[in-house]
Amino acid sequence: MPNTTARRCLLHKTVLGCAAALLLTPLSLQMANAAAPEKDELTLGFIKLTDMAPLAIAYEKGFFEDEGLYVTLQAQANWKILLDRVITGELDGAHMLAGQPLGATIGYGTKAQVVTAFSMDLNGNGITLSNTVWEEMKKHVPMENGKPVHPIKADALKPVIEQYKAQGKPFNLGMVFPVSTHNYELRYWLAAGGINPGYYAPARGDITGTLNADALLSVTPPPQMPATLEAGTIDGYSVGEPWNQAAVYKGIGVPVVTDYEIWKNNPEKVLGVSKAWADANPETHKRLVKALIRAGMWLDANDNANRLEAVQILSRPEYVGADAEVIANSMTGTFEYEKGDKRAVPDFNVFFRYNATYPYYSDAIWYLTQMRRWGQISEAKPDSWYFDIAKQVYLPEVYQAAAAELVAEGKAKAEDFPAAGEEGFRAPTSEFIDGLTYDGRTPNAYINQFKIGLKPDSVL
Amino acid sequence: MSNPAVAQPIHDTLKSGRRVALKRWLPSVLLPMLGILAFLLFWQLVAGSIDTSLGKFPGPAQVASQFSGLIDEHQREQKRADAFFERQEVRNVAKLAKDPDAKVRIRAYTGKPTFFKQIVTSLYTVLTGFVIASLIAIPLGIVCGLSKAIYSAINPLIQIFKPVSPLAWLPLVTIVVSAVYTSSDPMFAKSFVTSAVTVALCCLWPTVINTTVGVANLDKDLQNVSRVLSLSPLSHVRHIVLPAAIPMIFTGLRLSLATGWMVLIAAEMLAQNPGLGKFIWDEFQNGSSNSLGRIMVAVIVIGLLGFVLDRLMLMLQRYVSWDKNADLR
Repeated sequence: MPNTTARRCLLHKTVLGCAAALLLTPLSLQMANAAAPEKDELTLGFIKLTDMAPLAIAYEKGFFEDEGLYVTLQAQANWKILLDRVITGELDGAHMLAGQPLGATIGYGTKAQVVTAFSMDLNGNGITLSNTVWEEMKKHVPMENGKPVHPIKADALKPVIEQYKAQGKPFNLGMVFPVSTHNYELRYWLAAGGINPGYYAPARGDITGTLNADALLSVTPPPQMPATLEAGTIDGYSVGEPWNQAAVYKGIGVPVVTDYEIWKNNPEKVLGVSKAWADANPETHKRLVKALIRAGMWLDANDNANRLEAVQILSRPEYVGADAEVIANSMTGTFEYEKGDKRAVPDFNVFFRYNATYPYYSDAIWYLTQMRRWGQISEAKPDSWYFDIAKQVYLPEVYQAAAAELVAEGKAKAEDFPAAGEEGFRAPTSEFIDGLTYDGRTPNAYINQFKIGLKPDSVL
Repeated sequence: MSNPAVAQPIHDTLKSGRRVALKRWLPSVLLPMLGILAFLLFWQLVAGSIDTSLGKFPGPAQVASQFSGLIDEHQREQKRADAFFERQEVRNVAKLAKDPDAKVRIRAYTGKPTFFKQIVTSLYTVLTGFVIASLIAIPLGIVCGLSKAIYSAINPLIQIFKPVSPLAWLPLVTIVVSAVYTSSDPMFAKSFVTSAVTVALCCLWPTVINTTVGVANLDKDLQNVSRVLSLSPLSHVRHIVLPAAIPMIFTGLRLSLATGWMVLIAAEMLAQNPGLGKFIWDEFQNGSSNSLGRIMVAVIVIGLLGFVLDRLMLMLQRYVSWDKNADLR
């Protein structure tokens, strides 16, 4: 509504103030207040998943407004539309898959420079299989006191897939986007159990990702996962919450493993903006990150004490919109596997602790190694290439500036954030389902360890 | 009533009067009521026996409660909007107090559009598309009706484009609009332009065809009158052709409007443009236990609004038609 300003003037009779607003030029404004945001009315996109929570909280708790930002949050139909809208500028920024800014920058899919200065959360995904597949698979899962031993490995799924093969039936799995964390987690889990999820061969024009595949992976938007599983189009899926818990609630499938068990505290979503936008709006960008850091802190404060309130907010139709009890399952630190088999996973959704929101280069590099492992990056790259791309896409300097201001304003403590001298790499970890060690400083050596996957110099 | 000779005829008159009244009321009020009641009953019965993954299919009672839920939501959002503007006022005052030269302004509300706002958006969009289409279609139809040659030239195009689904147009329209319609401070949102153009493309054809037929079948006597009076082409169209073709033009317009309304909902769903279609899609994606009921509310509202739009066109037709006794339905 272009005439809103005028209308509000009449309504609130602040004629003088509004007249001044209309007369003053932007130039005099900039002279009056050098640190004002370049753009104060923003539209941010999101996909209906519980890990969009920092956006909803920053809006509802007024953190955006505290930074002088008037943000409209807009649900998007799928990850592709969301990315395209960020690139064309229809959206100022969006809740993105960590792989999206990286994929866009190296030109896998849509080629465009997309950057991030804020990681939104750790973990939060799961893999769900249909009831029939679970019945078959359960026979091969080790049991203890009548309950399956966790983590459930894909070794137990292998005989089921072989059965499908013998009958000449394809085994279809859904994931949300070719460069999504869910794709790599699903692939990691399957490959750790000896199941080949298939390769991409973009050099040959094959971007289906099903070359030599034992299980055929395809894309479905997150909110449609349960309906697609129910329709029988896919036999299982890898997706964020609440869509795994929704399957339990609706009785159409069983979540078998969470991504926390595949890789403990793995980085998940980021706040993605186009590089052009970030260059043109540095102050706005910093303020956005400030508001989101505060939202992350609020979500994790006092051992998740605010999570129930967050669940109520997220269950509103304009945000995630699923039933509160479904969202509450995972958001409040529990996860329901088979119906009734509710287990504690306190770190299922991490929004701030363990430096969850800091944009580590090593997080970016892990995604790049998986892109190479599955052929999305079609040729071998030196280690230095991995570091270069990570530095192009991840902007810890923006985060540091935002954090420093929060500390100065007394809204956060310096010890909440990584130490000043950090170099962008998390400590090496072997907390993966297959026990392999990941060190972000040696990407090629890491890729070499996998039994299933391209080696640094293999070409498809 | 002491005199039976007088009372009897009065009694008879009253009785026949009642019979007439009954005869008049039965078809126009009672039967539709009966139909609706039977439908509601059938709905309630069937709904109870459909189990979906989102719970039981909502019956009339649940849908009614969802409707009042949507009204509550609208009112809540209204309050939030007021609070939003108040916060801005306070902030602006503080800013001005600190720096009298500071530029302050009131930003548009950033909250979500409610169901009722979506209805307004949809109506506005469909009417815009419809008006654009009519402005093109009626003159085109008149020209085609007057000249056999032009008709023969254009007819194949009409026949080819007429059956094209709006959803086939949509991607093209979206891409073209975002390429052509660029301005730093656009008067209309791109999504609005896309929806309106898609609606217009699909609204054109019924009006063009019906106008053509109406004009081409002009009564010989009327044509002769025009010839005898030797009217100029323009007054021929204004005083003879248009009045005679009004019924057919309106038949076309009503068909167009109905098509446009159907097209719009589909376009909003697919393109994620604001409006009722987007509301339905969002609810489908939410997949909460309220979702089916809320979608049913939208379905009924879409039907009712379509009906109201058609009635409005009928009233307009009555108003502009010279033959006030024609049986319009």
